[in-house]
Amino acid sequence: MKQLKGTSLFVKALKEEGVDKVFGYPGGMVTDIFDELYKEDDIEVILPRHEQALVHEADGYARSTGKVGVCLVTSGPGAANMVTGIATAYYDSVPLVCFSGQVPLNLIGGDAFQEVDIIGITRGICKYGVILKDRKDLGRVIKEAFYIARTGKPGPVVIDLPKNIMVEMGDAEYPKEVNIRGYKPSTGVHIGQLKKAMGLLWKAEKPLLLIGGGVNIARAGEALTKFVEETQIPVVTTIMGKGAIDTTHPYYIGNVGMHGEYAANMAVSECDVLYSIGTRFSDRVTSKISEFAKKAKIVHIDIDSAAISKNIKVDIPIVADAGEALNAMIKYAKCCDTKEWMEILRKWKEEFPLVMRPSKGVCPEAVIEYINRNFERAIVVTDVGQHQMWTTQFLELTKKKQLLTSGGMGTMGYGLPAAIGARIGNPDCPVICITGDGGMQMNIQEMATAVAQELPVIICIMNNSYLGMVRQIQELFYARHYSSVCTRKRKGCDARCGGPSSKCPPYTPDFVKLAEAYDAFGIRVEKEEEIAPAFEAALRNTKAPTILEFLIDQKEMVLPMVQGGKPLTDMIMDY
Amino acid sequence: MKKRWISLYVENYSGVLVKVAGLFSAKAYNLDSLTVGPTEDPTVSRMTIGVISDDATFEQIKKQLNRCVEVIKVIDFTNIPIHRDELLYIKIASADKSDREEVFRIAQAFKAEVIDCDMEQILIRCVQSEQRNDSLIQLVHDNFKNIEVVRGGSVAIESISML
Repeated sequence: MKQLKGTSLFVKALKEEGVDKVFGYPGGMVTDIFDELYKEDDIEVILPRHEQALVHEADGYARSTGKVGVCLVTSGPGAANMVTGIATAYYDSVPLVCFSGQVPLNLIGGDAFQEVDIIGITRGICKYGVILKDRKDLGRVIKEAFYIARTGKPGPVVIDLPKNIMVEMGDAEYPKEVNIRGYKPSTGVHIGQLKKAMGLLWKAEKPLLLIGGGVNIARAGEALTKFVEETQIPVVTTIMGKGAIDTTHPYYIGNVGMHGEYAANMAVSECDVLYSIGTRFSDRVTSKISEFAKKAKIVHIDIDSAAISKNIKVDIPIVADAGEALNAMIKYAKCCDTKEWMEILRKWKEEFPLVMRPSKGVCPEAVIEYINRNFERAIVVTDVGQHQMWTTQFLELTKKKQLLTSGGMGTMGYGLPAAIGARIGNPDCPVICITGDGGMQMNIQEMATAVAQELPVIICIMNNSYLGMVRQIQELFYARHYSSVCTRKRKGCDARCGGPSSKCPPYTPDFVKLAEAYDAFGIRVEKEEEIAPAFEAALRNTKAPTILEFLIDQKEMVLPMVQGGKPLTDMIMDY
Repeated sequence: MKKRWISLYVENYSGVLVKVAGLFSAKAYNLDSLTVGPTEDPTVSRMTIGVISDDATFEQIKKQLNRCVEVIKVIDFTNIPIHRDELLYIKIASADKSDREEVFRIAQAFKAEVIDCDMEQILIRCVQSEQRNDSLIQLVHDNFKNIEVVRGGSVAIESISML
């Protein structure tokens, strides 16, 4: 039988899986693999500057392309740094295969240098994880990893590779087939159950479709749009589901949830049939469970049987892939009389439209509006915080636009690396990162990666010199106790400062200088009329990232807001 | 809230036990008893799990277990006739002659066995349902000083005769 070194089979496996990009950070226990990759022309290794960002980059790459993102890091700290990235991918169902180096098998358990039990650490935050204990299993384990990551409800898989196994000779074959007896992702749709569910829609007076991230993962937006047009049933989305149908579509009402649109939250609360696809009814969507869609019969279609009846009780559960379900639904679609219901929804939208009040400095809505009007095609990536919610509220999404955001974990520091990954996966598509001064600094080192990769990502920093989302909570619910949220605060400042004044130190850091330090471009925008020229300048930088720092009003809030634990109808509309 | 029993067929490799146990602690499910051992197929282990939960949580537990790649099959024992036993050892120290005679009588009544003794100590083994073992422990606890209890958790298998 033909023999191959472990590292050679590893590279062969990646090629057979169609991998041409690996996000890798070297270290002692993976030098053999990196040496093998050095000799390889068909796989590009991208070197991020931190392993957390590395996983976010693979995540942005995977979300934007639909391919599996591949991570390769060393043992110990390299592996441990991946944790937040893996959890982020897990909670948003992103297919990743994360390889970590490990100390040789004979050293495991002896507290060797850079030894951590990464499989133990990540057990609760990945779809599957295993340590390789025998060279003969190498091919099968990698094959299974890719299969598990991309099928069913996608997710990250962690494979721990002890150094001695990777240099051992063994079977050269990479398996063609997968057979895992404990893992048979469900395919097909139970048509009887589906017809029963749709029967509810035909009888409903106020039917509503609630669309979650599952529809985007299944890339079933077109099928959804077709179904909506044939049935004339209005649609609301979760943040992860946003963009499944054009946001300009007449039957699209808006996002639901904590910072959802008034009309959308009212629609969920008043509808008589809530037909939901690919959402797990997270607390940010439902708010107070006992008041959620109280008047409605609920249909729940999800690929994950455990998502059904986990958070809310449903009347008709259907375990199916969102795409397959929608394709089947189209076959039975018929037009519903939703004129009166749409009229009610339209009135709500007119009564309480999503608008920002005029403010000092640059209005975040104006920045997002600029993107809406001037980018026909784009991948917009956010970090986490106020800017993220504004983006999910105001960003228009059409077929040619995509939104990537950390919805489940809400990981600050996600934005910049995910944008880098998205651009690497889509070298011809404009990529815009919308971030805050807080989140940007959680993975600021990735500016170096973007510069090294010559990626013209446009990074919009909504800088209010505060950790704004927490500040907003303190403003509303903690008597303006601005506890640990000011990013300008110095030792000499009043410990219980009540807000900015003329004595405040300047912004920290100076993002324009920082951009220059990384050999990138930086522009500070302080007035509305500077928005357009700033974007135009950024678009001229075709080989390097540009930071556009927008100085926004500290008082700017994300509204509406439903306080945690309150019913969805209990929205704070103004402040 | 009531006690329920599940049987799991799982892959027999390291990390699977902690995966299943970790699921219970991570999701705050109330794990009451867990036993595991290999089956007639050395690559497969079988777990017997006792949980205390309400109906909705129990449904979730089964689904969450089913979702684990390492779990091959989940069997809900709620409506299935089963044989279920738990191994229990009770050691009684400082037992005088009359104590030891009493222990023999109790063991006989409980269909337990006295398997070891010297002039001061006596060891009984009981293989019964965990409720019956509870009663035996209670009885011994109330009547003797210096007792030592070791119990193994329940194992269960589907009945043949549907009794």
